[in-house]
Amino acid sequence: MYQHKRFTTSSFNFFQKFKNFDYILLVCILLLGFLSLTTMYSTDGGKVLFHTKSHFTKLIVFTIMMLIISFINIKYWFYIGYISYLLVIGLLIWTYLFGITSSGSQRWIDLYFINLQPSELMKIFIILCLAKYFHRMKLEKVNSVYTILTSLIIILLPMGLVIVQPDLGTSILIAISGIAVLWFAGINYKYFIYTMLGFVISLPFVIAFLKPYQKLRVLTFLNPDKDPLGAGYQIIQSKIAVGSGGIFGKGFLKGTQSYLEFLPEKHTDFIFTLFSEEFGFVGSAFLLIIYSIIIYRIVAIGSGSRSYFAKIFCYSFGAAIFVFITINMSMVLGLLPIVGSPLPIMSYGGSSMLATMIGFGIVMSAKVHNQQLIA
Amino acid sequence: MINSSSDNVNKLNSISRRMFITGSLKFLIMVGIVSRLFFLQVKENKKYLTLSDKNRIREWKLAPVRGEFHDYFGNVIAGNFEAYQLHIIPEQVEDFRYVIYRVKDLLELSEKDFKKVLKKKNEIKPWETLIVSDNLSWKKFSKINNHLYDLNGVKPVISISRNYPYKENFTHLIGYVSQANEDDIEKVEAIKKNFVPGLKVGKVGLEKSFEEKLIGTNDIERYEVNAYGRRISQLEFQKGKKGKTLRLTIDTEIQKLTNKLLKDQAGSICVMDIYTGAIIAMQSSPSFDPNLFVFGISQDDWQLIRNDPMKPLVNKTLQGNYSPGSTIKPIVALSALENGIINTNFTVNCRGHKHPLELYGQSYHCWKKEGHGFMNLRNAMKQSCDTYFYEVARKLGVDKLSVTAKKFGLGKEVFGGLFNIEKKGLIPNTQWKKNALGQSWLLGETIITGIGQGYIQITPIQLCLMTAQIANGGYKIYPKIVVNENEKNQPIDKFTPLYENSKNIRLIQDAMYASTNEARGTSYRSRINDPKYQFAGKTGTAQVKKITEKDRELDLKTFEIPYEERDHALYVAFGPYKSPRYALSVIVEHGGNGSTTAAPMAKELFKLIIDRHEIRQLMDNKRYLEV
Repeated sequence: MYQHKRFTTSSFNFFQKFKNFDYILLVCILLLGFLSLTTMYSTDGGKVLFHTKSHFTKLIVFTIMMLIISFINIKYWFYIGYISYLLVIGLLIWTYLFGITSSGSQRWIDLYFINLQPSELMKIFIILCLAKYFHRMKLEKVNSVYTILTSLIIILLPMGLVIVQPDLGTSILIAISGIAVLWFAGINYKYFIYTMLGFVISLPFVIAFLKPYQKLRVLTFLNPDKDPLGAGYQIIQSKIAVGSGGIFGKGFLKGTQSYLEFLPEKHTDFIFTLFSEEFGFVGSAFLLIIYSIIIYRIVAIGSGSRSYFAKIFCYSFGAAIFVFITINMSMVLGLLPIVGSPLPIMSYGGSSMLATMIGFGIVMSAKVHNQQLIA
Repeated sequence: MINSSSDNVNKLNSISRRMFITGSLKFLIMVGIVSRLFFLQVKENKKYLTLSDKNRIREWKLAPVRGEFHDYFGNVIAGNFEAYQLHIIPEQVEDFRYVIYRVKDLLELSEKDFKKVLKKKNEIKPWETLIVSDNLSWKKFSKINNHLYDLNGVKPVISISRNYPYKENFTHLIGYVSQANEDDIEKVEAIKKNFVPGLKVGKVGLEKSFEEKLIGTNDIERYEVNAYGRRISQLEFQKGKKGKTLRLTIDTEIQKLTNKLLKDQAGSICVMDIYTGAIIAMQSSPSFDPNLFVFGISQDDWQLIRNDPMKPLVNKTLQGNYSPGSTIKPIVALSALENGIINTNFTVNCRGHKHPLELYGQSYHCWKKEGHGFMNLRNAMKQSCDTYFYEVARKLGVDKLSVTAKKFGLGKEVFGGLFNIEKKGLIPNTQWKKNALGQSWLLGETIITGIGQGYIQITPIQLCLMTAQIANGGYKIYPKIVVNENEKNQPIDKFTPLYENSKNIRLIQDAMYASTNEARGTSYRSRINDPKYQFAGKTGTAQVKKITEKDRELDLKTFEIPYEERDHALYVAFGPYKSPRYALSVIVEHGGNGSTTAAPMAKELFKLIIDRHEIRQLMDNKRYLEV
C-alpha cells in the first residue's frame, strides 16, 4: 500500500509538477527577458552586437537553469542553505585575494566563460541561509540576543567582504536582503525602529567616513545642478532622457539621449532610463506592472506554501527584488543618490541575472512543491 | 507537538502580519515611483524635451556675406571676392604634426607665421576649424589641391572676403573691414548676433557707420551631435541674407581725380551737389590701400602708415580742424550785409605794410605789401583785402559773425552722427571764450577772426557745405553720401532760407565771381572762360604760425620755408556760375598760397565735374524711366 501509494504519488507528482507550475510568473519572466533583450538591442545602436548577443545567451542559459531548478524539490534547497552561503563567502574571499580589478574595484572572479561577481549571488544566498536559520526556530527564541547576534554576523560578514572590494551599493543590497528575512522572521519591531533611529543619528558620522567619491555622490544627489558636467552629469542626463520620453516615448531605437551617448552606463544601471526614453510613460508603467505581477506572484506563492522555509524565502526574496527594482529606479529618476545597483533581469550583467534566476527558480520550486513539508 | 503547532501558528500569524505591512509599504513606494515618472514624463515633459534637443542639436554659424558699396553709376567700390583659404580640423587629422609640416612646406610659410598657426591650434578645441591661411594665391591653392591625397583632414575652402578695387581712392570715405575684436562685438548688436570666429567688420568710415545694414545674416547649419560634440547628421541648412548693398552719391571718376590732384600732398577735397547735398567726391590725402587691413596688416606696412608725417590715418575732410583763412570772408561780408553794418558803398582805404591797422599797440597787416588802396565790398572780396575785413569785423563784432557762420553750417558736424570721427570745428564768440578759457574776448581777436585766423576752426566738409549754401541762393541743405538713405525722413528745415535778404547772397556770389573771373582777382589765373564750366570761388591762405616782423622783411617764397611752417592753401568754389550746381572745397596742408596751389585744382575739377554732370543727368533720367 505504502509502496503503491508512493509509486503513484511519484508518477502523479511529475504531472502534478507541471500542473502546479506558475505559468503567470513564467510568462512575466519571459516577457521581461524579451523586453530586456529589446532594450539591449537598442543600447547597441539597433544592431546585434556584443551586449545583445551576450545578454541573449545568458538569458537562454539562465532561463533553462531556472526551469531545472523549479523541478528540484524545495527541500534540497533547504538542505544546502548553509553550505551555499559558505560557498559564496568562500568565493568572496577568493575575490578578495585573486579577483579581477576593473575601474578601481576588485569584484569579479574569472571563470573563463563568465566573469562571476559573487557579491551578486550573495544577495540570494543570504536569504536562503537566513531562511533556513529561522525555519525551525521558535518564535520566542527569535528575539533572543544569541539569535540576533548570529543573524547579524551572517549579514555583516559578506557585507564586510563586499565593502572592501569596494562596492558600497551591493553591500547595502545584501544587507537589505538579510534584513528582509529578519523582518519576516519576526524580530521585534523595536529593533528595526532603533536601528533606523541609530542610522539617522549616525548618518553625519557615516558621511564623514565615506570616501570622497561617495561623499560627492551624496552631495550631487542633493544638488545635481551644482556641477552639471562633472559629478551631476549622470543624474541630469538621466532625468533629461526620462523626461523627454513623454507619454509615449521617442520610439524604439530613437532615444537620442542614449544613441548620441549622453547617457552613462546605459547597458547596466541606467537601462531603465533608455527604456523610459524610448517607450515613455506608458512603456515604463507597463514594465512596472510586469514587475508588480512578478512580485505579487512571488508573494502569492509564498503564502500558498505549506513550509515555513518556502514562505519566508518567497516573502524575503519578493521584498528584496522589490527593493532592488525601486532603488535602481529611484536612482535613475533622481530620487536617490547614485549607487551601483542593477535592475533585475533588465540590466546587462551575468551574475546579477544568475542570482535573480536562481531566486526565481527557488520560488518556482516552492510553487511546484507547495505541499512539501520540511521537517 | 501541540506546543510546536501553536508556535507554528504564531509564526505564521506573525509572518502574515508582517507581509501585510510590507505589501502596504510596497504599494506606497510603487505609487511614489509612478508619480515620479508621471511628473518627469508628463508634467515636465516639455522642459526635458527642450533640454534633450539642446543636448543633441548644435548650430554652426557661417560668416554672413557683406553688402557692397556701389558708386552712383553702379561701379563696385567695395565688393566681395572669393578668397582661397586652407582649413584644418585637428581632430580629423591622423598625424597632425606630419600634415602641418607638409602644409608649411607647400605654402612656404615663414617660421613666424608657422608659429602663429601652432599657437592658434592650441587655443581652439580639436573639433573647431583651424584657419591655416586665409588668403592664398591661386597658385598655392591649386598646389594644395594637387597634394590633397597626402593631406588627410586638410580642407581647401573658398570663402567670401572684402575687396576694394579702387584701392586708396575711397579709403577715408568707405573705411575698411578687419577682424572683429571684443570691443566691436560688445558695442554693436548686429555683430554680436552674427559673430563667427574670423568675422570681418567695418573699422572706420562708412563700413563702420552702416555695419548693421551691411553685415547680413549668418548661414546656419544645424547638426545633430553626440555627447562629445561630434557631428552625426545635418538636420537643417538655413541660408542667411546678404547684407544690404549701398549705392553712394559718389562719382568714381571725380573721386579718382581728387586723389590724383592731392597725390603726395596732405589735404582734402570735397565736392557737393548744392541742391541735393549729395557728396560727389570726398578725399583725404595721403591715403592708403584698405585691402591691406582685410587679412590683418603686416607690421611693416602698419609702421609705414602710422609713422608717415602727413598722417594718412587721419580723415582730413572730417577730422581736420583748419583756420579757414580768407575763405571765411564771404561769410564775414554776408553777416555784415545782413546785419546792416555795411552796404555796397562802404569803403576802406588799404595803405599797405607801412600803415597797418593799429589797435592797442598791435598792428594788423594786409597780405599785400603795397596795399590795395580804396576798397569796396566787391573789390575787397575780389582781391581778398585783409584791411577791409579787419574794419568790417571790428564793426560787426564776433557774436553777430558767429551767428551767421553757424547758420551756414560751420562749427557743427555736417553728417550728424554718421561718422563718429567727425570734428565740430570751432566758431568762437565772446560767451564761448568766457566758458572755455575763462577770459573775456578781445577786440583784436575779432579783427583776426574777420580774416579767418585766431580761434576759428573749420573742417573741409563744413567749408564745402558753406559754399554750397551760398551757391544755391542761401538755402539750407543736408549733405548725404548714400542714395535713398534719407528719402523718407527728410529734415523739415531743408531748403529753409538762411538769409534775411536774398540780395545779399547775390552780392556775395557776384563778389566771388569777380574774385575768379576778373582781372586782379586772387584766382584769376585759374579761371575758365567757357560759361559752361565757369566757376566762382574764394581763395584762402591760412597761416599756421604768427608772422613776425622778421618774416615780413624776409618775404620768403613758399619753397624756402620749412614744410611745417608753410601756410595751408584753401579754395572754395561753385559752378557753373550761370546756373550753379556744384560746390567744392580744397585744402592743401602747407601748400603755400591758396591762389597758386588750391585754385588750379578747382579748375581741373570743374572741367570734369561739369562733363560728368551730363552723364549723371542721363543716368537719372534712365532710372526715372525705368521706375
